[in-house]
Amino acid sequence: MAIGKTAREQTGKEPSATAKIPLRSIVLWALVTLGILFSAFPFYWMFVLATQTAQKVFSFPPPLWFGAEALSNYREVLEVIPFWRNFMNSAVISVTQTALVLLFSAMGGYAFAMYDFPGKRQLFVFMLATMMIPGIVQVVPWFMMMRWLGWVNDFKGLIIPGAVSAFGVFWMRQYIEGSVPHELLDAARIDGCPEFTILFRVVISLLKPALGALGIMTFMGSWNNFMQPLILLRETSRFTLPVALSLLKGDPYRGTNYAVLMAGTAMAVLPILTVFVFSAKRFMAGLTAGAIKG
Amino acid sequence: MAQPSVAANPRRGMGSRIRRFVRRYGVPYTYIAPFYILFLVFGAFPILFSFYLSFHDWDGISEAFFVGFENYAFLFTDPVFWQSMYNTLFIAVVAHVPMLLTALVLAFLVDLIKNRRLQEIVRTGYFLPAVTSSVAVAMVFSTLYGTRYGFINWILTSIGLSPIDWWGGTGFWVKPAIIILFIWRWLGWNMIIYLAGLQGIDHSLYEAAAIDGATKSQIFLRITVPLLIPVILFTLIQSTIGGITIFDEPFVLAGTSGGTGKAGLTLALNLYNEAFGYGNFGYASAFAYAITALIMIISLVNLRLFGFGRAR
Repeated sequence: MAIGKTAREQTGKEPSATAKIPLRSIVLWALVTLGILFSAFPFYWMFVLATQTAQKVFSFPPPLWFGAEALSNYREVLEVIPFWRNFMNSAVISVTQTALVLLFSAMGGYAFAMYDFPGKRQLFVFMLATMMIPGIVQVVPWFMMMRWLGWVNDFKGLIIPGAVSAFGVFWMRQYIEGSVPHELLDAARIDGCPEFTILFRVVISLLKPALGALGIMTFMGSWNNFMQPLILLRETSRFTLPVALSLLKGDPYRGTNYAVLMAGTAMAVLPILTVFVFSAKRFMAGLTAGAIKG
Repeated sequence: MAQPSVAANPRRGMGSRIRRFVRRYGVPYTYIAPFYILFLVFGAFPILFSFYLSFHDWDGISEAFFVGFENYAFLFTDPVFWQSMYNTLFIAVVAHVPMLLTALVLAFLVDLIKNRRLQEIVRTGYFLPAVTSSVAVAMVFSTLYGTRYGFINWILTSIGLSPIDWWGGTGFWVKPAIIILFIWRWLGWNMIIYLAGLQGIDHSLYEAAAIDGATKSQIFLRITVPLLIPVILFTLIQSTIGGITIFDEPFVLAGTSGGTGKAGLTLALNLYNEAFGYGNFGYASAFAYAITALIMIISLVNLRLFGFGRAR
């Protein structure tokens, strides 16, 4: 993080470079604004439709400002899917999986960064190689295994195989190698800290930026995961949010009510958007730190 | 093992050696163990089992039936496989090339924003699409793409163009619909990765180059891009895997069939149908291996292109 700061401070010292050419900065601003509009508009559109009646959604020209149906659409979402149940399912799976990935990544990354042991190089290369295996090869046998273990319709089937991440271990190793001095470990040993607990008592507090970024990436991946829960979970009450949402679209009896569909989507998207907006600064700092060290 | 009293026992030497080994290496081995144990059980075993399955005909219930290379042979003659291969490569290439180039240029521009607070807002704005669930955003885009009432067709007709029949006709517009959504979702992600890489570059290099009379574009092409190569390679490999295994977007937008003329049927969607729709688990396994081989080949080409592997 320290290096990221100095780099930006250095750029801050020479503002004359862009101030000279206003045309260039106008073009720059136009491009950036356009990009932000491109990114943000679908979200705005989603919230607009979520507050309309089903008829209004299909009017021409389409509605561009909020309507008054937010509450009734919300109620209708709850009639079609057990939204809060699905929300809790997603939360339980994502939080547990993220916590485990952070723990095991910190442990693995720390071992690879700070210790020498027989077979270290081979084990590390092997781990990197597993990153190249696409998840899709594993889907069929993974499902067989879940059936064999009796984990169909069970969150274990999503959480336990997803509790470790080669990328996570790699990410933490890169960060620890660049930011944790060996002297710190020696000092802890002299103070009588048992070897096994040095990581958790002394080192872990230094890893916050990298753990934060990895945590957000893992949480996002888990929260948004679709194919595996779609295959594994069988009852509506066990569904995660993305799977439940796909149900809103396909409701065969009523046809798709797009206002309700958008209301459900907005309800699913809003929490994660809020969390991200408030953690964005730390996330970016962690990402930059990781990229520099890596 | 922990019996120091039996002094004459020759095993004692062995025991103390083990104990010394545990004391020296116990911590690192314990710390890396969770990854390898879980990978062996839930990663390696399924992959090997899948390999075994790919030589069998199996519906998942009755006994597996050995068929040799028949599944692989059938792949080569299966027109649906080749169609999904074409669809996937088309979507992956047409989505990624402009997206990664734009992301790189945007990262360079955003890095020029000196006001810190403003830069944060811009970065967050770009990143938002990547945070949200692909199913949710695909739902939103399915309303933007509405044929008679969709937002995009409203814009097109109000500026005098003819509306797009997104899901009907020859199926021509199915792929662009998926591509636009894909670019929208991942542009900011790649931009942020490049930006993180950019901000790690020592700015004194730029100053030195500027003093030597290098122009802005020379600096970009000769200094920035070469120093970003590891980051670019990371996004390329990630994109290869993401592009070839694209599933959520076509699933929601076009349905499991892939839409009109199967124009949106990607490899992953096709695999899903074979395994969980038709119960052809053996064939689906061979299918999965073919996809993996494809990803490996493209990743190796990427590595070669950027000079890795030659250097050693």
